[in-house]
Amino acid sequence: MKAEIEVLHPGLFSSIQDFGRRGFQKYGVPFSGAMDRMALKTANLILRNHADAAVLEITQMGPKLKFPAPTKIAISGAYLSAKLNDSEIENNEVIKVESGDVLSFGRPVKGSRAYLAIAGGFQTEKILESRSWYEGITEFQKLEKGHRLPYSSVSAEVKETYASVKFDNSYLETSEIKVFPGPEFEKLPQELKTTLLKNNFSISKNNNRMAVQLGEKLENELEPIITGPVLPGTVQLTPGGNLIVLMRDCQTTGGYPRVLQLSEHSLNILAQKKTGEEVHFKLGS
Amino acid sequence: MAEFPKISAMGERAILVQFEPVIDENLLEKLLFYKNKLEEFYDEVKVEVTNTYNSLLISYMFTIEDVYGEVSALKRLFSEAKITKLSNRQIFHLPVCYDEEFGWDLEEISSQKKLSKIQIIELHTAPVYTVYFIGFLPGFLYLGGLDKKLQISRKKEPRLKIEKGAVGIGENQTGIYPKSSPGGWQILGNCPVNFFDKNLNPPCEISPGDKVKFYSVSKVEFVEISQQVSEGKFQLKKENYEG
Repeated sequence: MKAEIEVLHPGLFSSIQDFGRRGFQKYGVPFSGAMDRMALKTANLILRNHADAAVLEITQMGPKLKFPAPTKIAISGAYLSAKLNDSEIENNEVIKVESGDVLSFGRPVKGSRAYLAIAGGFQTEKILESRSWYEGITEFQKLEKGHRLPYSSVSAEVKETYASVKFDNSYLETSEIKVFPGPEFEKLPQELKTTLLKNNFSISKNNNRMAVQLGEKLENELEPIITGPVLPGTVQLTPGGNLIVLMRDCQTTGGYPRVLQLSEHSLNILAQKKTGEEVHFKLGS
Repeated sequence: MAEFPKISAMGERAILVQFEPVIDENLLEKLLFYKNKLEEFYDEVKVEVTNTYNSLLISYMFTIEDVYGEVSALKRLFSEAKITKLSNRQIFHLPVCYDEEFGWDLEEISSQKKLSKIQIIELHTAPVYTVYFIGFLPGFLYLGGLDKKLQISRKKEPRLKIEKGAVGIGENQTGIYPKSSPGGWQILGNCPVNFFDKNLNPPCEISPGDKVKFYSVSKVEFVEISQQVSEGKFQLKKENYEG
């Protein structure tokens, strides 16, 4: 049976995400997709969904959602004090939802982005082979009050076997970001390479789904490059000394020198960082 | 060994192939030749190959297990010297209304470049532009071939909102904003045609290597074309291009 979640309150910033769009970069379409892919996969795994079923990515202050029909949900990634009606619920467990239940969130406890998966995945529009919300591609960019999120209602029987699965959430607290040299890394003078790999860097308030700008500057004299390819995880160094880590919604090309490239898992780690938190880069081989 | 192409991993899921850092149509032909080769070489499901002015990026669905082996295989592929000319190129004729309602910076270009508005329009509509690649925003064409007389620096402060379809100039580039967005280019007109449609697959019928030529339309024609576009009746003018 088809049903639609009613958005009673939108929270800070939530959006529907899956693995994102592949095969459309040549048309200038960003990858998009869940900022923390591991949490997306975990939440879906718990519900025995396809690994890339669409979930709701919730940033820091969660929404208030009303379910008109029974289903099962699971929340992974950040700990945002989720409650079903008046009861606190745990991350990484199958949660049974009945008709009329209200899911809400409270104080962010650990991490920045939580992932709400629902049995069968959210059934919002699929455009260019993905349901990931992105301005100009999908109808919506962020969750608003009054939105309705379609899903297929299933009987909410919970099999106890999933409850015992343990998930390693230590990545929510690590500050080590594994990186590889970017295409212009070798153009950096030795002292800047050392600074980049030895110092701690803080997350500035300019952080969103497109990019995370770091708080500390790296004075440099690198020449701009002829516009070239960039990817989620590319670290750009601007002439003004800003370090910009591109995230999932980044543009497909850019003209700033690309000094580092994050490992895939480090993108998940960075996606869970809040303004003011610190990270340091570790060069992998 | 030659310095270019440089082939190296870019993280765990991509390999970057860099050629000499120039903007040149012969290099574009070479890149597109290799891009086709790569698409044959790989199972298309596993990778996506994109090009910019002087780079090819091969993005993999999964982590590359054997980077060394992959790079060696690519080096062999790129050692093939015989490059065949591009075929199946198309030229698209795009209408632009240079009326002052849309040409926000015509005055500024006119006074800076000491050109009349008619001269600006003539200089902008005369060249056959080359599509190098699509990037920045969905459907944004990187066009080469702007007349040197029209090259002008970007606005000191970018505008917060540039209209969808706005045609602008920034340094040696000209292009069309496929959707409304902030931007720093000097705006000289508006193109009422959609050439990116998210509901089609492929969403854009213009490809790297294709050509674009602008033609000037009056405001009345602009309104008519916009009407046809919104009703899905507008036929984009295109023909085969023999370079």
